[in-house]
Amino acid sequence: MRAYLLSRLAQAALVVFLSLSAVFAMVRLGGDPVLLFMPMDIQAKDVNEFRQRLGFNDPLPVQYARFVGGALRGDFGESLRYRRDALGLVLERLPATLLLAASSVLLTLVVAVPLGVMTAVKRNTVVDYAGTLGTVIGQAVPGFWLGLMLIYVFSVRLRWLPTGGMGSLAQLIMPSVVLAAFFSARIARLTRSTMLEALGEDYVLTARAKGLSEPRVVAKHTLRNSAIPIVTLAGLEIGQLLGGAVITETIFAWPGLGRLTVQALLNRDFPVVLAAVFVISATYTVINLLVDILYGWLDPRVRLRA
Amino acid sequence: MKAWLGIGITLAAIVAAAAAPWLAPVDPLASDFAQSLRPPGAPGHPLGTDQLGRDLLARVLYGARLALFIGACTVVVTAVVGGLLGLIAGFVERWPSAALMRLADVQLSFPFILLAMTINTIVGLGLRNIILSLSAAGWVVYARVVRGEVLSVKERDFVQAAAALGVGRARLLFRHVLPNVAPSIIVVASLQFSQFIVAEAAISFLGFGVQPPTPAWGSMLAEGRDFLYVAWWLAAFPGAALALTALGVNLLGDWLRDTLDPKLRV
Repeated sequence: MRAYLLSRLAQAALVVFLSLSAVFAMVRLGGDPVLLFMPMDIQAKDVNEFRQRLGFNDPLPVQYARFVGGALRGDFGESLRYRRDALGLVLERLPATLLLAASSVLLTLVVAVPLGVMTAVKRNTVVDYAGTLGTVIGQAVPGFWLGLMLIYVFSVRLRWLPTGGMGSLAQLIMPSVVLAAFFSARIARLTRSTMLEALGEDYVLTARAKGLSEPRVVAKHTLRNSAIPIVTLAGLEIGQLLGGAVITETIFAWPGLGRLTVQALLNRDFPVVLAAVFVISATYTVINLLVDILYGWLDPRVRLRA
Repeated sequence: MKAWLGIGITLAAIVAAAAAPWLAPVDPLASDFAQSLRPPGAPGHPLGTDQLGRDLLARVLYGARLALFIGACTVVVTAVVGGLLGLIAGFVERWPSAALMRLADVQLSFPFILLAMTINTIVGLGLRNIILSLSAAGWVVYARVVRGEVLSVKERDFVQAAAALGVGRARLLFRHVLPNVAPSIIVVASLQFSQFIVAEAAISFLGFGVQPPTPAWGSMLAEGRDFLYVAWWLAAFPGAALALTALGVNLLGDWLRDTLDPKLRV
């Protein structure tokens, strides 16, 4: 177990390092970051001074070495716009995004897994057709449109919920629903198909033959065996969930990591972009590691090996 | 049922895009301030008008053109590039395979949309660059799926037999292996198509894609957002068109997967 964890952590560190290097290369090959950031009418003398001060006049390998050295110490430089430590700025916004992600994952599990189980157990009935239709539509409706329509109905028309911001429970509802919608549709579909597969297995027949009650057969014998693909997909989708947060946070003015990244990109504030890349890919990698560890607990047949 | 619905909606979207000039005989860019913010059903404007008095129906239809064009180009580019890389990685196992899979890991550790947006920020905006950035973010799925398929196909008897008969590596790869992985490529392409359309709209919505006044669904939604309190139709119709198109293509993709390759889960 320890060897496995160590090797996975080393792999994770490598992936994060490579993605940082890739973004660093893209940013530097894309042109002069100072010129991109500065207003058009700035004087050449000022540009040069700014460049000198931030170290953009040094050869690229030197800049890269300095970047890697800084990144290892958690130093991504100063935000060009806010004049503050870029990583600090990003980490400040992380809890808001994690709160949003956690509440939509919770919502997904509460809605999607029971929905998938229901549609599988009641196969080829009205329940199944309605549920399947719902998931197909849920997968096709883009989150940002759903968000705008929810704002129109619940904020503009009914005035029940605030349009955005963070602080109260009411403000958490719409962003979580939007973020959970797409995610739920996929999880529900997968739950249905893996449940159908498991319901046809011999051990389910045995359990029924023993006279176990149907709820017990479904909950203990079928769902638990269907859990692995569901957890795998959930883990893989967390990355896209963080991507979805980019749009959802922008629509609902949620002060999280995604919105900060969009603003940093719009402002060409590259130190913040790099720090955000680091935090996002690290978060994703850690979540996937946790998912892998969860396997062993869900299914003792899975042995974790390096 | 699902298959026919998918084919019907997808065909309708294609027809709407192709016949846009005839279905809405108004210039989608022609503004008319006297007619601004008319609700749906206004004379001459079935879906109403926007803040500049431009006809919304014409803009939604021309938006379909742009969305389908970008989606189709991206699917072709990613299928060719990702498919080729996957073929090579699966066939020449040693370092190309490992290198490709590491690269895929790196890319998958980063949200698709954020990656495309970052590339767009750096290479600049414009139609060609949007297709480029979506492709750079989207090829990974093909590469992974094709590599996995190649790994199993190349062990099959007919491939081994062809190799034993002295067939060259290139011929072996393209004549014997490729036709057997082609169904997977088609299935992935159909499932990716709607994802690309939605991603393009999302990127344009956030201001990193197609710029106004060009009628793209994403940028129309961004404009509609500013007028949500006075003109719901500006956000409702472009988004409905987008959702419906995505639904049709998804259903079509599901059907293709069930028919061509029931094992595949993407």
